[in-house]
Amino acid sequence: MRVAVVGVGYSGFNANTPDLNWKEITLEAAARAYDDAGINPRKDVDSIVTCAEDIWEGFAIFDEFVPDQLGGVLKPTCTVCADFLFGIATAYMQIKSELADIAVVEAHSKASDILTFGETIKFAMDPIWLREIGSAHPYYFAALEMSQYINECCITEEQIAEVVVKNKNNALKNSSAPYGSKVTVEDVLNSPMVFDPMRKIEIAPRADGAIVFVLANEDVAKDLTDTPIWVKGVGWWSETSNYDTMSFNAVYAYKAAKMAYKLAGITNPAKEVDIAEVDDRFAFKEFQHLEALQLSKRFETGTLMREGYFAKDGELPVNLSGGSLGIGNLLEATGGQKALEVVLQLRGLAGRRQVEAETGVAQAWRYIPTASGAVAVFGV
Amino acid sequence: MSVGKKDISCPPEAPGTPLKDSDIAEKKVTYVEDHPDIRYAWTAGQAISRFLNELKKGKLIATKCNKCRRILFPPRMFCELCYKPIDDWVYVKDTGTVQTFSISYIDPDAKPLEKPVIVAVIAVDGASKNMAFMHVLGEVEPEKVYIGMKVKAVWKPEEEREGSVTDIKYWKPIEG
Ligand SMILES: [Zn+2]
Repeated sequence: MRVAVVGVGYSGFNANTPDLNWKEITLEAAARAYDDAGINPRKDVDSIVTCAEDIWEGFAIFDEFVPDQLGGVLKPTCTVCADFLFGIATAYMQIKSELADIAVVEAHSKASDILTFGETIKFAMDPIWLREIGSAHPYYFAALEMSQYINECCITEEQIAEVVVKNKNNALKNSSAPYGSKVTVEDVLNSPMVFDPMRKIEIAPRADGAIVFVLANEDVAKDLTDTPIWVKGVGWWSETSNYDTMSFNAVYAYKAAKMAYKLAGITNPAKEVDIAEVDDRFAFKEFQHLEALQLSKRFETGTLMREGYFAKDGELPVNLSGGSLGIGNLLEATGGQKALEVVLQLRGLAGRRQVEAETGVAQAWRYIPTASGAVAVFGV
Repeated sequence: MSVGKKDISCPPEAPGTPLKDSDIAEKKVTYVEDHPDIRYAWTAGQAISRFLNELKKGKLIATKCNKCRRILFPPRMFCELCYKPIDDWVYVKDTGTVQTFSISYIDPDAKPLEKPVIVAVIAVDGASKNMAFMHVLGEVEPEKVYIGMKVKAVWKPEEEREGSVTDIKYWKPIEG
C-alpha cells in the first residue's frame, strides 16, 4: 500500500505577520490543504501530526495546542519535536501500518514573535560545555562548520556567492518568497562579512508561514485525486550533539538520504532525481547537502554550480522555490516549504518556476547547533 | 521499618539527607548556573486583538458560530468544532457563575503566599458552555466561596487599563 500526498496548503511566506497569530496562519494553510484534498477534516481525517519545538513557540507542551486550528478536536493528534519532514515520516508510518487512512502533517513558523533569536538558539547548546563560551551570536556555529568544510573541499567565496545569486534570483519567480532579489556575484562579494568567512547575505533571514499536507493511503488517494504525488521514501538521521564530535560534513543528510533512497528504490540519485529542494539556511549548506544527497560529487559541486547545472534550466534544478535564502528561515517548517515546492513542481502547479520533473527530493536540517535532519523523496 | 510491623504509614518514607540552601551557596554541589534571556512578543491576531482592545473599554467580546450556535469566548476567528469561519461578534456580560475554584496558598516558587489566592473558572453570562474565563476572586472570604456563586468583574480604572486580562482586577460576589 503506497502513501500519497493528496492535498497541500500554505500561508505566507512573510518576513513578518503582525495581523495574524500562529493559530490563524495555521488555519489558513490547513483550510487550503483540506480544500485542495477535497476532504472535511472533521469527518475524514484519522490522525494529525504537528512538528513544533516549544522554544520557538514560546510555550511548553505544544502538543496541547495542536487540535483546534487543524480541525483535530477529539481526534488522535501528536507533536513531533522536529522539522516538517520528520512529520511526513511519522504520517507515512501511521498510514503504512494502517493506523490511519488519512493523516495530516503541519508545521509553522512565527519566527517574528521571537525577540531574542540568538539567545533562543543558544538555549539548544549544552549549558555547561558550550553556552558560556564567548558572547558572539551563535550564527558563528555555522561559520565554524563552513570554515572547515570549504577548506577541506576547496570551495571559493565566488562559488558560495553563486548559491546566493541562484536562490535569490529563483525567488523572484515565487510570489511567496519575500527575500528574492536580482543580486549578482559581485554584489555578494562586496557585502559585509559578519562571521568570517561567512557574509550576512549568506544567512537566511527569518520568515513566518505555515504548511499543511494531507497524506492518504493508495485506495483513498485514488478516490480523491487523479494526480496523487507518492511519498516514495523517507529518512532521518542524527549524528551527535556536540560540535566537537560532529562530522561537519552533513553525514546526517547522507544517512537520511540513503534511508529514503532505499525505500524509493533509487540507486543512482544524481541520475534519477529530477529536482531537489535542500536546506540552504546558510549558503554553504547547499553545497554540503547536495553532496550528502549524492546529487553531486565532492570537489565538483562548485564547478557545477558555476556552470548552471543546478539552475532552473540546468540538469538538476535545486531550490527552484528560492530556497531558504529567498523565502526565509521557517524554523521547523523549513522542510515543509521544501516538500511543498517539490509537490507543486511534480503536479505542474509551480507557475513561472515550473520545470519538467517526475522525481523530487526535499531535505531539511534541524538548524544550528545540530547535526540532524530528514529527507523525503516524492514522485508522480 | 522492620518487616511485619503493623503500623506502617502510607506511603512508607525513607528519610535521606536533604540538601540545605547553604550546601548550594557554598558550592558543595557541583553545578553550573545559567539565566537565559529568552523573550517573545506574541502577535495577538485578529480575534484576541479585538478582545484585548475591548477590555480597555471595560467590555467582554465573543464570537458566534451560526452552525453550532455557540457563543465562543474568548473569541476566535473560526469555530473549532464546525471548522468554519465565525459569523459575528457579540458582547457577553461581565457577570458569571463560579464553575470551579481553588484556594491556593503557595506561589510558583513553592513559597507560602501572604494571602491565599482564590483562582476560579467563571462561566461568563452570555457565553456557551465550557466557554469560561479563568480569573481570581476578590472581596470575599475563602470559606464563603462556593460553586454556583454569582460574581461580577471588578475593573481597573479606565486610565490604568492596558488591554490585558488583568484589566479586570478580580471578580467579586454579587450580593443577594
Ligand atoms: Zn460551530
